[in-house]
Amino acid sequence: MKRIYLDHAATTAVDREVVQAMMPYFTEAYGNASSLHSFGRDARNALNASRQTVADALGAQANEIIFTSGGTESDNLALKGVGKGHVITSSIEHPAILSTCRYLEDHGCDVTYVPVDSAGMVDPGDIESAITGDTTLISVMHANNEIGTIQPIGKIGSIAKDHGILFHTDAVQSFGKTEIDVQKMNIDLLSISSHKIYGPKGVGALYIRKGVKIEPLMHGGGHEMGMRASTENIPGIVGFAKAASLAIERFEQDTRHLTGLQDMLIAGVMDSIDDVTLNGHPTERLPNNANLRFAFVEGESLLMHLDMKGIAVSTGSACSSASLDPSHVLLALGLAPEDIHGSIRFTLGRGNTESEIRYVLEVLPEIVGKLRAISPLAGG
Amino acid sequence: MDYSEKVLDHFANPRNIGEISDADGVGTVGNPACGDMTTVYIRVKDGRITDIKFKTFGCAAAIATASMTTELALGKTLDEALAMSRNDVADALDGLPPVKMHCSNLAADALHAAIEEYLAKS
Repeated sequence: MKRIYLDHAATTAVDREVVQAMMPYFTEAYGNASSLHSFGRDARNALNASRQTVADALGAQANEIIFTSGGTESDNLALKGVGKGHVITSSIEHPAILSTCRYLEDHGCDVTYVPVDSAGMVDPGDIESAITGDTTLISVMHANNEIGTIQPIGKIGSIAKDHGILFHTDAVQSFGKTEIDVQKMNIDLLSISSHKIYGPKGVGALYIRKGVKIEPLMHGGGHEMGMRASTENIPGIVGFAKAASLAIERFEQDTRHLTGLQDMLIAGVMDSIDDVTLNGHPTERLPNNANLRFAFVEGESLLMHLDMKGIAVSTGSACSSASLDPSHVLLALGLAPEDIHGSIRFTLGRGNTESEIRYVLEVLPEIVGKLRAISPLAGG
Repeated sequence: MDYSEKVLDHFANPRNIGEISDADGVGTVGNPACGDMTTVYIRVKDGRITDIKFKTFGCAAAIATASMTTELALGKTLDEALAMSRNDVADALDGLPPVKMHCSNLAADALHAAIEEYLAKS
């Protein structure tokens, strides 16, 4: 059976060019970047070049980039590294932020969770009103992982700057899909991850603006300018940098491709199926996200039927994971739990084609019809 | 969390779906807000379930357990059907993921509710 992957917000396939770039660093240039000999120098040169590439992609300086094990570690390092007193975040952050905020609360921090509107948008005015004399950090994600809503982080960045407060953004979902400039947007700390942009898993980075003092999580050797001890994962870092440079190089082409498929999918579903709603913002959203709500049916059933047809999506209900709780993001939009249970997320990628979307549009109405036929909630 | 072959079969090809317009007993359990709701309809003759249908809003486990419940209950006496437990249904499906045992395995309760409604009327 042909398989169609529409879950790129979860992870992506590693680009073949990225794999090629990584290969020499496993078996030939395998040195430790801290070693003084030629093997170490080869690794160090690769590390420095990668750091410059990732910095360039963000409008940052190379010495402001710390490589980590991924988005979760970057978020932890940012929040635990500078958060004290009072921290402001949003109610729709990724668990890597929300769980870290709970940890900070357990350790004496106050945290304000600013709400979002029905499209998932944070009001910068709410952020400003939440600021107190103790506020040290504002952390608001750039784009949401479930609904793709893009936050006005430039505005939030200038509010933070005006008040002399640090601003962190989790840009794991937006990096490579929307423009990011840490200078223009007044960002002090920014988390990114490699495996969302066709790079390898287990690598990420935290941008730390020059002059921002941060408490490391990992203690050991003086790697990563003392911010993150542990021998650098050179193949992973090289792969991440290659993926980042490809994302920049292909930005316009990718955006056009993704937006085209996104429009085709959303319009196609709306045309062929009744009682469907798009979750999230109509325009301020990632070019690859379509989070759709199908009345009277449950998302996991839809997911399983699509899976049987070879189509991979994800639910908003989290019913397929260990937790049965409805999505905190969709709850924050003000949706009723029964509507949340009927939501599924399609996230498109570079490799998807129009014919794949046509196939989805071919099988989806029948699946929804079948589930509605046995649903006690569907009238008639 | 993987489903057994039997769960996937009953989910993809549910048995006894629909309603019985003049049912002798109807039972509904669950709540759409929780993500699972099942209604079971029964027809009873000489103390036996002679027809049974269901409707379910819910995940794959909820649909499969409802389908299996109707298959197990069809032809049983009311006493036999009342003795059927959620565990019997799960066992007949070669088990359910632990997280699904509580919320999504509702159909035996809906069957019992349908029988109780019938008994209360008759």
